[in-house]
Amino acid sequence: MTTVSEAPAVAPDVTSRKLTYVKAFNEGLAQVMREDENVFVAGEDVAGYGGVFRMFDNLLDEFGPRRMIDTPISEAALVGLGVGAAARGLRPVVDLMFMDFIGVCLDQIVNQAAKMKYMFGGSVSVPLTITTASGAGLGAAAQHSQSLEAWLAHVPGLKVVMPCDAYTAKGLTVSAIRDNNPVVVMLNKVLLGSKSEVPEQIYGIPLGQAHTARHGSDVTVIALGRMVGEALAAAEELAAEGIEVEVIDPRTVQPLDTETMIASVRRTNRVLVVHEAVTFGGLGGEIAAQIQDAAFDYLDAPVLRIGAPFSPVPFSPVLEKAYVPDQARIVQGCRRLLERS
Amino acid sequence: MAQRASKKSADPAANQASAQVVRDLHERMVRIRLFETEAGKLMEAGKLPGFLHLYVGQEAVAAGVMAALRDDDQITSTHRGHGHAVAKGVSFKHMYSELYGRVTGACLGRGGSMHINDVSLGMLGANGIVGAGIPIAVGAAFAAQYRGEDNIAVTFFGDGATNIGAFHEAANMAAILHLPVLFICENNGYAEFTPQSKHMLITDVADRAASYGMPSVIVDGMDAVAVHQATVEAVVRARAGEGPMFIEAKTYRYYDHQGVKGLRHPYRSDAEVEEWKARDAIDLLEASALADGTATRAELDDTWRRTRDEIAEAIAYAEASPLPDTADLLLNVYSG
Ligand SMILES: Cc1ncc(C[n+]2csc(CCOP(=O)(O)OP(=O)(O)O)c2C)c(N)n1
Repeated sequence: MTTVSEAPAVAPDVTSRKLTYVKAFNEGLAQVMREDENVFVAGEDVAGYGGVFRMFDNLLDEFGPRRMIDTPISEAALVGLGVGAAARGLRPVVDLMFMDFIGVCLDQIVNQAAKMKYMFGGSVSVPLTITTASGAGLGAAAQHSQSLEAWLAHVPGLKVVMPCDAYTAKGLTVSAIRDNNPVVVMLNKVLLGSKSEVPEQIYGIPLGQAHTARHGSDVTVIALGRMVGEALAAAEELAAEGIEVEVIDPRTVQPLDTETMIASVRRTNRVLVVHEAVTFGGLGGEIAAQIQDAAFDYLDAPVLRIGAPFSPVPFSPVLEKAYVPDQARIVQGCRRLLERS
Repeated sequence: MAQRASKKSADPAANQASAQVVRDLHERMVRIRLFETEAGKLMEAGKLPGFLHLYVGQEAVAAGVMAALRDDDQITSTHRGHGHAVAKGVSFKHMYSELYGRVTGACLGRGGSMHINDVSLGMLGANGIVGAGIPIAVGAAFAAQYRGEDNIAVTFFGDGATNIGAFHEAANMAAILHLPVLFICENNGYAEFTPQSKHMLITDVADRAASYGMPSVIVDGMDAVAVHQATVEAVVRARAGEGPMFIEAKTYRYYDHQGVKGLRHPYRSDAEVEEWKARDAIDLLEASALADGTATRAELDDTWRRTRDEIAEAIAYAEASPLPDTADLLLNVYSG
């Protein structure tokens, strides 16, 4: 049997049509499952119900209960099942529904999945994919709305991807499953119904490569996940005033492609990092530090960060709206950077 | 093996729940039923943000247990927590305001449906993380034991929650420390859309208590009096320092896991829902109260009417209440 990890990670030029983010994820997953018998899915209500976010719709019909497994509410055992099965050569896709639930199975993710290859002297790999939905915006409150990528990206041995649209949702999911390491795929709840062009055939997007979503010469905005769309909208708004914003989507936050970002900063000399997660201790700090290390002499202003305030995600829609960064705050941030001569 | 609560006790006096208890149980159940039904309507009308996990159908459990507790007894609840909060006495105004995200809400608009609490009434919160309230109740019971106080703690959870590690760790901890805590499993047969038979191989969740040396009892969760009597016995034990107890109430939720309806997947049959509704806890209690002369129809109707009025007033209050001020976004991140 050929292993999927050897398959080329290129996006072939084929007919594309618009698909929702969640459907694109679903299609990518189904295609890798067709490609590799070793891929199976386990999680709460993923099979019979098709997942509470419809991520797994129709997969039970096609792949049956051997490969689509409804599990008890036992996240530690669920991730552990994935780790053990992966160590024995399967390619588990384990779903954690809401990202917040990693709190109850963090040991299996951080101390087991992430470290096994290293601790075993490289004699075993853990091709485990963890899928989950992150982000605020649904009034789901403090225990169902977090963006915890910084927790995970801090751990050597884990990869973390954050698709910003349907196209990347499919391509990153395919690559995550084909990857021989544990990868966490952070889908964004607010994006689930959003549409973009998605090729019909299977394609992977290389992990660890940033994408320049828009070219511009005046400011670089580095945006994670859902913030890519907000940044592109902000860029359009500023373009009307003759300000050209470059938008970079890291796509993978671990490993992080800082080279692409630094190259951009050397051209624009101004940089804003924006993420939905809390600013304090967030990835914005890491990105800013790396840029200062590598491109200090090119900066016309200190690196600016935009993220959530230092608070749990509030329930009340008025508070939640004020909490999550948006187009307006990105526009403001760019203006502030440009005001500095 | 778990004991099944026998329908009839050897002592005939014990079989006759006092009229006062019956009226208390009835009132608590009516309050929950109407609170929930109206909340469901508000959600369907698009007036409430977020998620709403309704409790309708399970009223006998919250009412039966809470009527056996004192105000200073502590409870922890679940994502399906409105019924517990209402039965513990949390005000309708605070609850509806919270569902609306108003600053007058039980969590100042920060928590929403899944996090309603009222510490002054011993309501240590609903919880968005399945199983998370269980160890917290054990901690509350520990505090009582530590201080030599005789209040107890009660934790509510579903059948599904007993598959999570927190349940097992907390049960063992409570047993080994002889803590005054009651484990109330509301077995409604489903964890979200997964039937019990597909998430555990045992029929009686109460059997799980045995492996921790914890006594257990199984009760009809549609019979408020039965739930109440079982709880009273467990409370007496716990207050006397005889340790934790596990009560499994077999019950049912009428609405969908979340929201009112929206079943895109037929995970249970309409016939099954109707079968349970035919044994509705409020109908059963009313029928027996009328049959044995404990209450008149007029008295029961009066409870419904008064509660309806109170609810209408609470909803109006919530709708007229101010939204939280975004300038206070960091409120209570740290406090005290
Ligand atoms: C740790 C965790 N895992 C999963 C969920 C998602 N979830 C919310 S309710 C629920 C089912 C709970 O079933 P049960 O404990 O039987 O309670 P019921 O809903 O039947 O009242 C699940 C899986 C969660 N909130 N927390």
